Amino acid sequence: MSRTRTPVVAGWFIGDGDGFRLLGTRCSACASVFFPREDAHCRNPACPGGDLKEVPLSRRGRVWSYTDSRYRPPSPYVTDPELPWEPYTLIAVELAAEGLVVLGQAVPGVTVGDLAVGMEVEVVPGVLHEDAETVWTTWQWRPTRGR
Amino acid sequence: MTEDVAVLGVGLHPWGKRGRSFVEYGAAAARAALADAELDWRDIRSIVGADTVRGGYPGYVAGATFAKALGWQGARVTSVYAACASGAQAIGAARAQILAGLAETVLVVGADAAPKGFFRPAGGDRPDDPDWLRFRVLGATNPTYFGLYARRRMALHGDTPEDFAQVKVKNSAMGALNPHARYRKRVTAQEVAASAVVADPLRLLDICATSDGGAALVLSSMEFARRHCVAEPVRIRAVSTVTPRYPNTVLDLPDIATDSAVAAEPAAEPFRASIATAAYEEAGIGPEDLSLAEVYDLSTALELQWYEDLGLCAEGEGAKLLREGATSPGGRIPVNASGGLASFGEAVPAQAIAQVCELTWQLRGFAGERQIADARVGVSANQGLFGHGSAVIAVR
Repeated sequence: MSRTRTPVVAGWFIGDGDGFRLLGTRCSACASVFFPREDAHCRNPACPGGDLKEVPLSRRGRVWSYTDSRYRPPSPYVTDPELPWEPYTLIAVELAAEGLVVLGQAVPGVTVGDLAVGMEVEVVPGVLHEDAETVWTTWQWRPTRGR
Repeated sequence: MTEDVAVLGVGLHPWGKRGRSFVEYGAAAARAALADAELDWRDIRSIVGADTVRGGYPGYVAGATFAKALGWQGARVTSVYAACASGAQAIGAARAQILAGLAETVLVVGADAAPKGFFRPAGGDRPDDPDWLRFRVLGATNPTYFGLYARRRMALHGDTPEDFAQVKVKNSAMGALNPHARYRKRVTAQEVAASAVVADPLRLLDICATSDGGAALVLSSMEFARRHCVAEPVRIRAVSTVTPRYPNTVLDLPDIATDSAVAAEPAAEPFRASIATAAYEEAGIGPEDLSLAEVYDLSTALELQWYEDLGLCAEGEGAKLLREGATSPGGRIPVNASGGLASFGEAVPAQAIAQVCELTWQLRGFAGERQIADARVGVSANQGLFGHGSAVIAVR
């Protein structure tokens, strides 16, 4: 039986491989960018309010900060309580063109020892967790290491 | 400048993990505050409750819940929720009623009964709720945000884990002297360093616990205080509960991303500093006038951040201020003489009220072994989820 691949949140990212992008929205009046996407109204109080159009965010950014999760987070984070807890790394990434910071998990295997503030990382598709019917997909950050 | 309101009574139920209802803690604190004020509950004209999201419906209507527990007596009732700033907003609502002439005396109560382990979002699938999303998508607990801030300080300002540990050493020494604190044992830097990493670079003893607790204040107009024969009560001179300004460029709980700064210039002052500035402006004082501060040390590193946001030192110099001993008892500006969240653990809606209780004891000169000599002006500061924060200035 083949399982369906479903984004953990609809409309936040799109594409595969090198074509993978986070999706935000941009205000047509003031050019503010919103992630997670804002579809109702521009939140810049100085803006009269333009149309909000979907826009892909920059693939690459620089590490604003990072940490890890050494203990199992509570629900609704999905984990298998039968398995020993495997810590994962969280990276907050500054996207220069959009002028914002986006938090995400690092790709598996990247630890805090591999990271430094200011290091370049890129967004890649990843798997958050899997169950019998569904592979739940997400975004992850991966150091480019000058790639 | 607005008028002062008087703090006639303060009361705490000791912090801990007791497995009882938040109502019991809040009612005990309320009775203690009423006794301290030498007022009968039936003479109080208004009650303001700081809500908890953990007690079910009674928690969402905390003002009525506490009023019923104390015995219905026909007071005006108000319940407020503002995450970790709930207690300060309750004080702000009470103060507004007094200054508007709607009530001469107001009882403010906040209490919580915390679960074991990490705070978690309310149940159910709620993909429109940022607090649900950060857990569902990232598993990002509160300590992971504290870890991000701590690492950022290390990279920008050169803070070290040893600096962070010294905050715990300082606060635990004060908490050991506080009968209301949950943790009353001095902690050494070695013990911090030996505790488990929770969210790199922070260890278990860098991060505040979640606790049960209850806190209450009896506030009144200055005119009522005079009639009640309290000649020189501790007075609340400012209550700041401002929002951030767009674009907020710090990754605040529970958000997954910051606002975008491409179209609008960020304010010169980040959010936390703007909370303090609003309080200073309302009180007509500056950081140089302070005798002491109670700040929200959700983590040891965040206490250093508050030094800078309160203007106790320049940006990036928080660790230096700590190392110089300026924020220890006997220093230029002692911080968290109560022992702070490090010694209490957080009882969310009670905590900002408890900060004002400590300021009041200190300003009265009744803080016992914790007393800061000649305390005349105190500030409390706090920050919570969803763009909430507070600062309260009390004087004598």
